[in-house]
Amino acid sequence: MSKIVKLWSTYSDVFLDGLVGTLWLSAVTVVCGTILGILVALMRMSKLKPVNFVADIYIEVLRGTPILLQLYFFWIGLPKILPFDLSDTFCIITALIVNSSAYISEIIRAGIAAVDKGQSEAARSIGLSEVHVMTRVILPQAIKNILPALANQFIAMVKETSLASVFFVGELMTSYRTVQSTTYLALQSLTIVGIIYFVLNFVLSRLVLVMERRLKVSD
Amino acid sequence: MTDVIIRTEGLVKNFGSLEVLKGIDTTVRRGEVVSIIGPSGGGKSTFLRCLNLLETPTAGKIWFEDMDITSKKLDIAKYRQRIGMVFQNFNVFPHMTVLENITLAPILEKKVPKEQAEEEAMALLERVGLTDKANEYPRKLSGGQKQRLAIVRALAMKPEVMLFDEPTSALDPEMVKEVLNVISDLAKSGMTILVVTHEMGFAREISDRVMLMADGIIAEDDSPEIIFSSPRNPRTIEFLSKVL
Repeated sequence: MSKIVKLWSTYSDVFLDGLVGTLWLSAVTVVCGTILGILVALMRMSKLKPVNFVADIYIEVLRGTPILLQLYFFWIGLPKILPFDLSDTFCIITALIVNSSAYISEIIRAGIAAVDKGQSEAARSIGLSEVHVMTRVILPQAIKNILPALANQFIAMVKETSLASVFFVGELMTSYRTVQSTTYLALQSLTIVGIIYFVLNFVLSRLVLVMERRLKVSD
Repeated sequence: MTDVIIRTEGLVKNFGSLEVLKGIDTTVRRGEVVSIIGPSGGGKSTFLRCLNLLETPTAGKIWFEDMDITSKKLDIAKYRQRIGMVFQNFNVFPHMTVLENITLAPILEKKVPKEQAEEEAMALLERVGLTDKANEYPRKLSGGQKQRLAIVRALAMKPEVMLFDEPTSALDPEMVKEVLNVISDLAKSGMTILVVTHEMGFAREISDRVMLMADGIIAEDDSPEIIFSSPRNPRTIEFLSKVL
């Protein structure tokens, strides 16, 4: 126990740097993953069969293979197909974004599908254009289903970004590896990192609960 | 009263291998009030939904005045502005106030200035006794109030025809009357109305014509007096013996 306290007081800035790295990585992944995810969701809901098919394959492959494999794949593959120098961080972030876009596109699709079909029928029946049906009637209601799920995706990413430590991309698990390799106090460093992860996710998931309750009240 | 506003010819609608409409030929004149009655699954709602293209007909033709609305070139949204619809489950927009529900389409699609749209909306709300609810959200309304809101939301587009798809079937009994009264007033004002209903007394009272639909065809189509007093078609007789 005293070793843990000592370790924390000596290396707190390394751990905190890691925490910032984890939060940053998760935020970038979810934000960019959402933009890409909207595109994939639109493809998925499109009436064009080939577009539909491509989106289906994209989602199935990304959800059907391990994320660690995908990280390796982008880490090795991306520099081979792109003609300029890429940092490891760039390759790993790209992989995380692509991975989460598959999950997020499903969140968006499900959020839209959960809006009662009568709403779009009523909106169409009063003569709204298809664009206005979507932007004025469906999306404002779907967003209430989508936001809490997106926040949960962020929490999931906080944990999944730990895999980036395999490639020494700065985040919490990488901090653990740094501290462990200089002090040889593996269990103690791991405990500190574990506590940070746990507190972070505990707080975040409580916030999501509050958000869900607020959104429900405004129904 | 003699000009035809809607005409269908050989209207067929299939859902997969299920034939729901098996060739509907009918006409509706401007100002006419037509009730559609009949057993569930007979195609009543599907027929109504084909008229504003919420369902795409499998075969056959529908004309609105001289316009072929089954044509691929039709601007569907524009057409729907001329034909209002009220649903069984109200389908009011829960994320908008009563006033916003009504002014949404006129402002967006007809480019009516906001102030004018709101003025017209208030006049409509007055007609159905909801003036004091203008700034409420629909969650604060009873079923009957929601349905009255749905009716004026459709009327705000100044449609030439109103379609009612079982407008009182989802209501508690004590709220049926307030909604039927609004529809009756509308009928008296000269609006062309097609209403699918299970309220036989209401159908008899307000209709110029009553259609009995069963198994995807119009089994009988006549004045309410004849349909309810001396029906000829065995399907009409059977149906009425069950519901009256």
